[in-house]
Amino acid sequence: MRGLLNVVVKELLQLRRDPKILPLLFVAPVFQLLILGYAATQDIRNIELAVCDLDRTAASRSLVDAFTGSTWFRLVATVDAQGELDPLLDSGRARLAVTIPAGFAADRAGGRVASVQLLADGADATTGTVGLGYAAEVVRRASEVGGVHSSIELRPVVLYNPDLASRNFMVPGVLAMIIMVMTMMLTAMALVREVEIGTMEQLLVTPLTPLNLIVGKIIPYALVGLVEVLSALPIALWWFRVPLRGSFFTLLVLTLPFMLCTLGLGLLVSTLSRTQQQAMMLTAFVFMLPQVYLSGFIFPIQNMPHGFQLLTTLVPLRYYVVILRGVFLKGVGFAVLWPQALALLGLGVVILTLARLRFRRRLG
Amino acid sequence: MIRRTLAIAVKELRQLRRDVRTTLALLGMPVVLLLLYGYALSFDVRHIRLAVVDQDGGRAARELREAFLATDTFDLVSAGNDARALDALFDSGRAQAALVIPHGYGSDRVAGRATTVQLVLDGSDAQTATAVLGYARQIVASAAPVWREPHSLGAIRPVASVWYNPDLSSSRFLVPGLLGFILMVTAVIATALAVVREKERGTMESLRATPLVAIELLIGKTLPYLLIGSVAAAGAIALAWGLFDVPVRGSLLALAAVTLLFLAGGLGLGMLISTMAETQQVAFQAALLISMLPTLLLSGFIFPISSMPRALQLVTHVVPARYYLVALRGIVLKGTGPEAWGMEAVALGIFATVVLLVATVRTVRSL
Repeated sequence: MRGLLNVVVKELLQLRRDPKILPLLFVAPVFQLLILGYAATQDIRNIELAVCDLDRTAASRSLVDAFTGSTWFRLVATVDAQGELDPLLDSGRARLAVTIPAGFAADRAGGRVASVQLLADGADATTGTVGLGYAAEVVRRASEVGGVHSSIELRPVVLYNPDLASRNFMVPGVLAMIIMVMTMMLTAMALVREVEIGTMEQLLVTPLTPLNLIVGKIIPYALVGLVEVLSALPIALWWFRVPLRGSFFTLLVLTLPFMLCTLGLGLLVSTLSRTQQQAMMLTAFVFMLPQVYLSGFIFPIQNMPHGFQLLTTLVPLRYYVVILRGVFLKGVGFAVLWPQALALLGLGVVILTLARLRFRRRLG
Repeated sequence: MIRRTLAIAVKELRQLRRDVRTTLALLGMPVVLLLLYGYALSFDVRHIRLAVVDQDGGRAARELREAFLATDTFDLVSAGNDARALDALFDSGRAQAALVIPHGYGSDRVAGRATTVQLVLDGSDAQTATAVLGYARQIVASAAPVWREPHSLGAIRPVASVWYNPDLSSSRFLVPGLLGFILMVTAVIATALAVVREKERGTMESLRATPLVAIELLIGKTLPYLLIGSVAAAGAIALAWGLFDVPVRGSLLALAAVTLLFLAGGLGLGMLISTMAETQQVAFQAALLISMLPTLLLSGFIFPISSMPRALQLVTHVVPARYYLVALRGIVLKGTGPEAWGMEAVALGIFATVVLLVATVRTVRSL
């Protein structure tokens, strides 16, 4: 027990001695949270719009107004010939172009169907898809003003997050990223550094047991991770006004098995690498990117090919994302989230066992 | 000068050759990552878990339900006639959307009256919910005939066409973005440790004793990584073209030139970090923070820049991937020439020059 404490103190002292790491540890998460909270929005607005009005009547102008009056579109250019739209789309200055053909007003007044041409830049598929949807909605409303209605109205009811703000989910997601980066990476590098600098031998001749050494190395970084989350949480709750509908206690308890996994992965990486550079690459490419991409955090899991869906069951962040969504937005607790907690515990135990085995082999 | 620069480059290459794992990682990672994520990533909304609550039970209601299930957009997970069952389905995440067809739907349809159906969505995944709502609107619109008020105007019909990527496949749009992301992260990480390693191991002193000047040291250290980066980038681009159906409609030469500028910027940024950090641990943290997050978030790769707040849009101007993505999508998907992305190429050049200059100044001071 004394030995364990000594390692913890030594590690904390070393952390304090490096003047640049502390600001990095504590400023970085806040910075990440602010950027992500503002940038990570899938709420697509202000799509750059170009208009080519060949009809030039009151009716066509009021349709153009319907487009520019919505927050979905921002008018960047009005041209007189369809050919002038090409360079606008080519350079990306406009993402969507509307052409109102000559005869538009006459067709409508005569009770005939009048067409409007929409041209979307498919190179940005997300904005393209959403932009076309918005445009269709603008046109439908304009049609309705003229007295043409659809016979079935679809009335959407959105649960948990009524104004569909992606920020409400993205911000809790950043908390997960912070925990992951700090615990996994710092643990991995802390152990490899001793090997690289050659001080590992010195540690091994002390009466410390390998378990003491490992746990002693883990604890400081687990603490750093927890402190960081606790300092980032107020920003999420009060600055971004993300609702925390479940209990804080549930959140904290369900975070522990996730940290078990990330700390374990950090250890595993350290047993697999000989230099800090290797440790860094291994964490970044083999353990961090998959967590970001295969967790359902940004890209929906159900869209992935079947093999990848199986692979995601090995990704701890996948379960933690469900937990975060559940506790923050749905307000559910252990009764619903126990399968995720169990999966994290299971993964954590497997990872730690693997790390322990590798560690022993390396010592021997 | 050239001889000394080359000497450093050769030394760095030798060190790389001894560290096989790192070299292989730098060479192979872009291809492996692209292969992995190119398949996995997609925003195409498919297989949404749909619950149907049919309180009407008539033929018209069944037809609407079939219209939802006809494509692979929706998978039926539960069908019933009690809306109270939905709470548990949504709480546990077993359903992402629910279609509620109210009692009287069938008779309204038969009588030609306007009627309403309800779509319940799980908003905790805002992005999927938005897309699902769009799909549902289309399905309902095509299932419903229009009705007109007396003396109504003619309806307006939107005729949509899509350029450059007609089937709006999200992978054709994401793969170039992914390419930029992977190249940036690999480049920054490759050089971020290059100088700080010498500092940490104490070999900086021996370098200081040689007649090297700062710029020779930096360029010499950057060159091997530029070489490795180019090979890796070529492999990744070939893979995107061959496997992911990303066409290269513009000129290959332009593609190579823009990619080299982008790589130089990334490697320069890594160098800058390396000259500022004292330990590899700090350098690595900074490298990840500076390369990964902005490239993922502020480049237009996943999140559209036009939707961000004004101040943040200004910040995106110092993210090199932003320019690279415009140029890359231009060359690859649109087949445009320098008239469309010339400014972006210039911006990439400026970025690379500035970071390398600042890194040199920093090194001069420490030498």
